Formats: sequence, structure tokens, C-alpha cells
Amino acid sequence: MTSAISSQPDAIRVTGLHKSFGSHEVLKGVSLTAKVGDVVAIIGGSGSGKSTMLRCINFLETPSGGQIEVAGEQVKMKPDGSPADRKQLERIRQSLGMVFQNFNLWTHKTVLENLIEVPVHVLKVPKDEAVARARKLLDRVGLAAKEDAYPAFMSGGQQQRAAIARALAIDPKAMLFDEPTSALDPELVGEVLQVIKGLADEGRTMILVTHEMRFARDVASHVIYLHNGVIEEEGPPEMLFGAPKSERLKQFLKTVG
Amino acid sequence: MACPPVSQLSSFELLGLGECGWGDTLLLGLGNSILIALGAYALGFGIGVAGAFGKLYGGPVTKDLAAVYTTLVRAVPELVLILILYYAVPGLVNEVLVAMGRETIVLPQFLTGVVVLAFVQGAYQTEVLRGAILAVPHGQIEAARAMGMSPFLVARRIIFPLMTANAVPGLGNLWLNATKDTALLAVIGFAELTKATYQASATTKAFFTFYPAAMALYLVISLVSIYGFGRIEKWARRGQRDVRG
Repeated sequence: MTSAISSQPDAIRVTGLHKSFGSHEVLKGVSLTAKVGDVVAIIGGSGSGKSTMLRCINFLETPSGGQIEVAGEQVKMKPDGSPADRKQLERIRQSLGMVFQNFNLWTHKTVLENLIEVPVHVLKVPKDEAVARARKLLDRVGLAAKEDAYPAFMSGGQQQRAAIARALAIDPKAMLFDEPTSALDPELVGEVLQVIKGLADEGRTMILVTHEMRFARDVASHVIYLHNGVIEEEGPPEMLFGAPKSERLKQFLKTVG
Repeated sequence: MACPPVSQLSSFELLGLGECGWGDTLLLGLGNSILIALGAYALGFGIGVAGAFGKLYGGPVTKDLAAVYTTLVRAVPELVLILILYYAVPGLVNEVLVAMGRETIVLPQFLTGVVVLAFVQGAYQTEVLRGAILAVPHGQIEAARAMGMSPFLVARRIIFPLMTANAVPGLGNLWLNATKDTALLAVIGFAELTKATYQASATTKAFFTFYPAAMALYLVISLVSIYGFGRIEKWARRGQRDVRG
């Protein structure tokens, strides 16, 4: 069993990642490995670089240096860090389901249309197949009745659950969550976390940037604490939250409660 | 059948169709105006889309070219552009042709009209469309990129439909401008509505009959257009909440 897993390439591997905005260095050489089935939580204060780190994985931010590998395939980069092979990047992006803080559902499309957009127009899945799959996913996130609704007419929690379903619709190898509950009213956070927890429980590979410490402790298999663009401390959640070594992390955990 | 003298005809007879009235001249002019406006607007839209994407996503050379284009065209009065293209450019071309021992050319009026007005429309549409693209929420574009859509697909499936809602009011204005800019082509003698009106009233001296008639025709174009653009905007805004609440 162990050997079967270890023979598989890591789902996501980030090595020595640097990112600067102008003269401001946001990431100063951070690395991360997510094996298949891992749930890696990235925590840290605002401005620590955690969202930037996540967004570099699918090149929504162009890294300034370092390497990104997805399912054993290294993303080809030019010397300045920009993607060298657009087709390759698009193919790799199609295997990563991203969920954003602000949902970013396409407002001119109904929920169902949002879910089938990429499967039908990019992955060339037959439409009826894509629709059937989308309905199953909507049912799973509790939005079966909302398939014809436009996003603007749904609550934040419903929109985020639809966005998660949209990310799942491309059958991704890994999921990237960028503070998925930060834009939600407190009473709507639970319904979204529940969906994410369900995905973690079924063994999906996920990288999760979050402010929800209790949730990170609950679902993560590995936690990274980022401070000023460097990994200050990392390890299994019970270590990081139960017995933090770094003074900064102790302080951080105290402030976020 | 000989027509009675103009002074004995009523306004209705003057505006009537057939041999004695000028109605068909006016309607022909109206048709020409609409055709020119449609052609110029459509061609201008093509230029506008290319210009807007070029200004936003193009390389440095493309951006500079687009900037020079929109600046110059919007700086020079359309009438001057029409005169330059219709008289100055062919004059220059003909001098070259004569020097080469070839025959001189005369630009077809209709085509010239369409091209000049499209050239002007394109510059204004570039700016309207650029603004509309900039108003598309960036997150929705990111979501499309993050799922592996190609830039062309992102433009066609996401940016284009989303910017339409933002662009319709501005594009509606430009369409109304286009319909009225056709009147400028009267200076090169093209028989659009204004030229036809001028002919009719100059011949009959019935200025107070023909100019109000022309105004009414322009008004009808505007009203139909406003209704049409309203429908388009309603369609383009599907999925958006009514801001009036």
C-alpha cells in the first residue's frame, strides 16, 4: 500500500519559489509538497504571502523564480519566470480546480452554465454528459434547485458552493482554495466548510489558504505558517497548533484565537 | 403626364411618390444614409474591438499605433477627414498614376463614405470598448484563466459577453452619431438623406416642407434605434441585479 502511493508522483511540488512585485519581495524561496490525498493548509497574517504562494502554483501570479511541478510535470518557465509553453500551462491548469475568495462565478451565466462552461468548451465533453455530471455535483453541494439561478441572486454561501462545484466539474487532480470563506457572512461559513471537509474526507488533494484555524486543524494533513514571505514553521496540525515552536506563530495563534 | 407648377402643389403632393413628388428621392436618400451608417458602424466595430484589445493587451508597438490612431482621428473634424480621403488622397494617387502613364481613378462615393465614417467610428468605439473591457470584474477573467481557457476563448466566452452590458449605452450613442454623420457626405455630393433634402428644397423652394420631413425621418431612425439598443441592453444585462432596486 505504502509503496503504491510512493510510486505515484507528488500531486503538487513547489520548490524555492520567489515572487517580487517591483522591488518588494513577497515570497523569499518557499517550498511545499502535496502528495496525492494530502490537505495542505497555508496560514499566516495578512501580507505574509500565502495567497501569492497559492496563486503562483497555477501561474495566476508569475513567479520570479523557483519551480512548480504538478503531477510530476514541471511547468516550463522562461528565465524571468513567465510560462514558456502556453499550451502546457493551459493543460496543467485544467487539472487544478481553483476556488476564490470572491467566488468569481461568471455573472452572465446560470449556475449550470457556469459548471459546464469549461468541460464543454475546453475539455470537449459532450454537453449532455457535462450537464448530467454538473447536476450530480450541484446535488452534492446542496444546490440542485438552483441550477437555473444567476449568481447575483444567490447568497454568498450558495455562490461559493456553486464555485466549488464548478471547480470539481473539471475533475481536477488537486484543488486550490484561496481563503474560500473570508468574504462570507459568519453564519454562511459553516455550509462552505462542510463541503470542503467532505472533499478532504474523500481523499482529494487540496491546498488551502485559510484564516479558519480550527478548520485547518481539523482537515489539514500538513500546515505551513508563512511570515513575511518565508516558511516560519510547518508540520502536522497537532504539532503546529498544539505545540508551536516559533515565537511568531505563538503570537499569531493568540491573535487569531 | 406633365406636372403642374411647383407652386400649385401641396406639401403632401411634394412629399408624394411618383413623378411630381420628391418622396422617392428622400426615401432613396434615407436608404443610402442607413446603408452607409450600417456599413460604417459594422466596420467601425471591427476596428474598435481590435483597437480595444490592442490597447489593453497588445505589445508596445500595437499600443502606440492604437494610441496614435485614436488621438489623431478624434482630434480632426470628421468633415476634414472626409475631404482628405475623398479629394486629397485620390489627387495624390492620381498624380502618381499620371506620372506612371496610367489612367486616373475616381473613388466610389458609397465606399469612400463607409470607409471614412468607419475610420472615425473605430476610434470612438475603441475607447468605448476599452472602457467596457476594463469594467469587466477581473476575478471572472481570472477564474476562466485558472481553469485553462485559452486567451481567445476567455475573450470570446467571458470578456465579450460581460463587456457587452457595459458597452451598450456608449455604442448606442455612437450608432446615433453614425446615422447623423452620414449627412457630412453631402459635401462630396453623395445622395444621402441630407443631400436629397437639399436637392428637393432647392428645386421647389419648399424648405419648410422638406427639412421638417427629413428631421422626422432622422427622428424615426433614432427612435427605432433607441428601442433596439434598449432590447440589446436588457439581454446583455441578464443575470445582473436591477440597481434601481
